[in-house]
Amino acid sequence: MSEMVNIFLYGKKYEVPSNLTIMKAMEYAGYELVRGCGCRNGFCGACATIYRIKGDRELHACLACGTQVQEGMYIATLPFFPLVKEVYNIEEVKPTEQIMMQLYPEIYSCVGCNACTKACTQGLNVMQYIAYAQRGEYEKCADLSFDCVMCGVCSSRCPAGISHPQVAMLARRLNGKYIAPTADHVNKRVDEINNGEYDKIIEDLMQKPIEELKELHKNREIEK
Amino acid sequence: MYSEELRELIKVVEAKREYNVNLDPKRMTPEEIDVLLETYHPDYKQEQFDTLAMGPNKGGKVPKELKALLEANSRLAGKEIDLSNPDYECDVLVVGAGGSGCSAAIEANEAGAKVLVVTKLRMGDANTMMAEGGIQAADKENDSPAIHYVDAFGGGHYAAKPELVAKLCMKAPEAIQWLTNLGVEFDKTEDGTMVTTHGGGTCRKRMHAAKDYSGAEIMRTLRDEVLNRGIQVVDFTSAIEIIKDDKGQAAGAVLLNMETKEILIAKAKCVILCTGGAGRIHYQNFPTTNHYGATADGLILAYRAGAKLRDVDTLQYHPTGTAFPEQLVGALVTEKVRSLGAKLVNINGDVFMNPLECRDVTASSIIRECSTNGNGVPTNDGYGVWLDTPMIEMIHGEGAIEKRIPAMLRMFGKYGIDLRKEPILVYPTLHYQNGGVDVDTNSETCVPNLYVAGEAAGGVHGRNRLMGNSLLDVVVFGRNAGQAAGARFKDVTVGALNIDHVDAFQKELAEAGIETETVSPKLLPDYARKVNPLQ
Repeated sequence: MSEMVNIFLYGKKYEVPSNLTIMKAMEYAGYELVRGCGCRNGFCGACATIYRIKGDRELHACLACGTQVQEGMYIATLPFFPLVKEVYNIEEVKPTEQIMMQLYPEIYSCVGCNACTKACTQGLNVMQYIAYAQRGEYEKCADLSFDCVMCGVCSSRCPAGISHPQVAMLARRLNGKYIAPTADHVNKRVDEINNGEYDKIIEDLMQKPIEELKELHKNREIEK
Repeated sequence: MYSEELRELIKVVEAKREYNVNLDPKRMTPEEIDVLLETYHPDYKQEQFDTLAMGPNKGGKVPKELKALLEANSRLAGKEIDLSNPDYECDVLVVGAGGSGCSAAIEANEAGAKVLVVTKLRMGDANTMMAEGGIQAADKENDSPAIHYVDAFGGGHYAAKPELVAKLCMKAPEAIQWLTNLGVEFDKTEDGTMVTTHGGGTCRKRMHAAKDYSGAEIMRTLRDEVLNRGIQVVDFTSAIEIIKDDKGQAAGAVLLNMETKEILIAKAKCVILCTGGAGRIHYQNFPTTNHYGATADGLILAYRAGAKLRDVDTLQYHPTGTAFPEQLVGALVTEKVRSLGAKLVNINGDVFMNPLECRDVTASSIIRECSTNGNGVPTNDGYGVWLDTPMIEMIHGEGAIEKRIPAMLRMFGKYGIDLRKEPILVYPTLHYQNGGVDVDTNSETCVPNLYVAGEAAGGVHGRNRLMGNSLLDVVVFGRNAGQAAGARFKDVTVGALNIDHVDAFQKELAEAGIETETVSPKLLPDYARKVNPLQ
């Protein structure tokens, strides 16, 4: 057994092994998680957590699944945060500055406090990607926000009430659909398939005896 | 942070890196592969399997853990449920809101159906979200759906349903096009050409990616689209039984609010199960890459309703689960790390295989290296082998890791390991349910109006799935099921609702002499420490 540390879950003290993540420490304490637990591996943003170490003034934000407990950790999970998600028709919107003004005008009330960036559990430059969104530079906004897991901690710290993850989501979809260069080879292949150009060869393969398929598979030329 | 001992061992890897990076290790012959799998793959451990004593697959072989859940009591056993006043009425009920569920919901909505999505946790809490490496599609000049077919069918050991593999490969380029039109950002060069790489077992570079957040990028876009369309999503609500009507058609589901435990009734003209995989069952005590809710619920629901399963005796153990540090044990290290050139190296610093063999082969080879061959690196929890990540930047130049696999860099960085400079330790981890509910090319089961798509369905991957074919599966067959149900519901008239099949199942259980305390579906793994001896 690893050495024990004292942590405070919602203010209540528990003694837990020091090698555990916050999420596993909660389970060690006896919590049966329903909220605040998703992929358990840093991709889904379900387990946003805010903590402070006893005696320290600084507030930290993290994902409970990927953060090890420390002595004197005061922990509050944030399993849900009321973000604003505006609905739109992706076929009708255009990647212009207007769309942000229309859907998320509060981004122009950013006071530049940088609390969002400081709180980001992924270490992203959140305030900067919001600045790009303000200017309609969606490619840059998409790139800088790409690793966002939409946990919402940034928004919980924002005095302007901005829903940063949703702003970035819109920017990425605009970029992916309208701004990024088109993959002509994909469209060409879809047309070929729809024209039936591969029907016969696929049909033939489906009818082939397994032994013949094994030979085909074994003798494949592997692209370098 | 590596211990002193491990740092010493890393020096051995470093000393041979220059030599190893230029190696092109030979691939195994089909005969070598057969022997390797039979000796080392967990699917071949006969004592870990048992025969079903009842139900549509009576006499069939399944993992012991799955048998316990398939031959368990319904959560409704012996209880009276009023089905006469449904809480929800819809045309198409989608159970599960991962990649396949959201794709199905979007297509059914597109077809004009009133769609209801219920999901056990939140929309997007799914294995799709965690898929890192990419999605296959044969859309380049030197590739074709036929070549993709041979890769996938052969990789699955010729056990898949040919008509499902054909659909997977033929619909793949369209899936990429559809996702791009929804705004998914794939990695491209400046002229728009998709950046594609190999996966284990592919003979063409057809892995499309969005850095190493491929699944997350797809999932969050699909989720956003479901919300934009105003599709009703009821979260933190699981389906605990299928409801049928007096004609024996699937006609809804009994639902459970995961927080309040309220029972709710959903009536529907068609039901699509998109409940995903089973990693959290921890077959053979393996750690898993899967999300918290991956507990095989869809298999249980469908089986009790009379649907057949197939290939559920075969699981995928991803070769490169994290073996160190202990906080990350079992977590996925994307195959893309090997696609980009990192090789597998043993404790002596030697490359012991071609890193791009199929997953079952690679996993078995690592198990052999750590057992019989005695060349594993000891960790707190067992053994691992090195995945020599610094090779990636020797091949692709400085900055490649941050650009192409930022999630991996971040995951290990949190524990003081810089994979640009240090190799990482890996060992196989439970990753994917190769089989599932038997479906036809419309994703429909033998129970009328009951559809299954995504990881819960079987027959697409045979006995081993290739990297990048599951993201493809969830999009292609999620859409497929949504389109099929979206066409069917218009002709469906629902009769009187009942759950007689549940009573019949309980009776069959008793007749088979099975006495069990277990209830299923399992819904969530049991991770909380037992702190109350009275419970």
